[in-house]
Amino acid sequence: MEDAVRDRAIVERLRGGDEAAFRELVQRHHASMVRFAETFVPSRAVAEEVAQEAWVGVIKGIGGFEGRSLLSTWIFRIVANIGRSRGARERRTAPVSTLEQELAETAGPSVAARRFSGPTGQGEWAQPPARWSDVPDERLLSQLTIERVSSLAAQLSENQRRVFTLRDVEGYTSVEVCELLELSEVNQRVLLHRARSRIRAALEQEMEVRS
Amino acid sequence: MKLAFWRRRPEIACQQWVEMVTDYLEGVLPPALQEAADRHLDACPPCREYLAQMRRTISVARSLRDDDVPADVVAALARAFSDYGRE
Repeated sequence: MEDAVRDRAIVERLRGGDEAAFRELVQRHHASMVRFAETFVPSRAVAEEVAQEAWVGVIKGIGGFEGRSLLSTWIFRIVANIGRSRGARERRTAPVSTLEQELAETAGPSVAARRFSGPTGQGEWAQPPARWSDVPDERLLSQLTIERVSSLAAQLSENQRRVFTLRDVEGYTSVEVCELLELSEVNQRVLLHRARSRIRAALEQEMEVRS
Repeated sequence: MKLAFWRRRPEIACQQWVEMVTDYLEGVLPPALQEAADRHLDACPPCREYLAQMRRTISVARSLRDDDVPADVVAALARAFSDYGRE
């Protein structure tokens, strides 16, 4: 509710031509918009263009914003629309898989079956995870650069990366993500689960290599 | 005659637990499974570590945020905003 009240105040200022309000909005959302746009297009440079084009959409469309969703969700939906069509144009030849195909292609266990003993699917740990959850932030991030974690995220499948970026990097709620990406709650959770499991497994490997 | 205490409570193996961890963190497990997951965690240090690693993965992801916007980008967009208002 607080967000809706804040949104109404910002929208009023924008409609009144208040440039300071627009600058604040850009400062608040632009970097996130570029990160989200990156999940649709092949490069950071194109993602930057998508975000800038989305701002033009915001400027032109703010008069018609009805407040049915949060302002940030409305803005991100503009990014998604522009990102989708720009992404399709950029990789003209590559086949675009449907969500169903993506879900089928990325199915698999979160942890390799060989690490469990006992009956398939009901095993106990044979090779349990090595402890690194309590490594202090400074050490973890000195061993793993931000760039490395970003490149791990970039290797996720399209929708996994989108859900992971919105939920875990940007902090959107599951309801907002479902609305933005037009996903069911269940599919959103499946994508989030696979994305987090893959990133965790990659972090585990990195920590093993470096320890 | 069936006695209530004979009813088997669902038990979870580690391999099942790692596939339930997101539903657990999202708080969407049905109550009986939630209880079984909690019981499993109480008894299983490796799965507790696995849960902690998932939480850590989320907090590392949050550190990918860099919210700086180059001043020239802000200036160019602000110009576009003001120009549109004047049209």
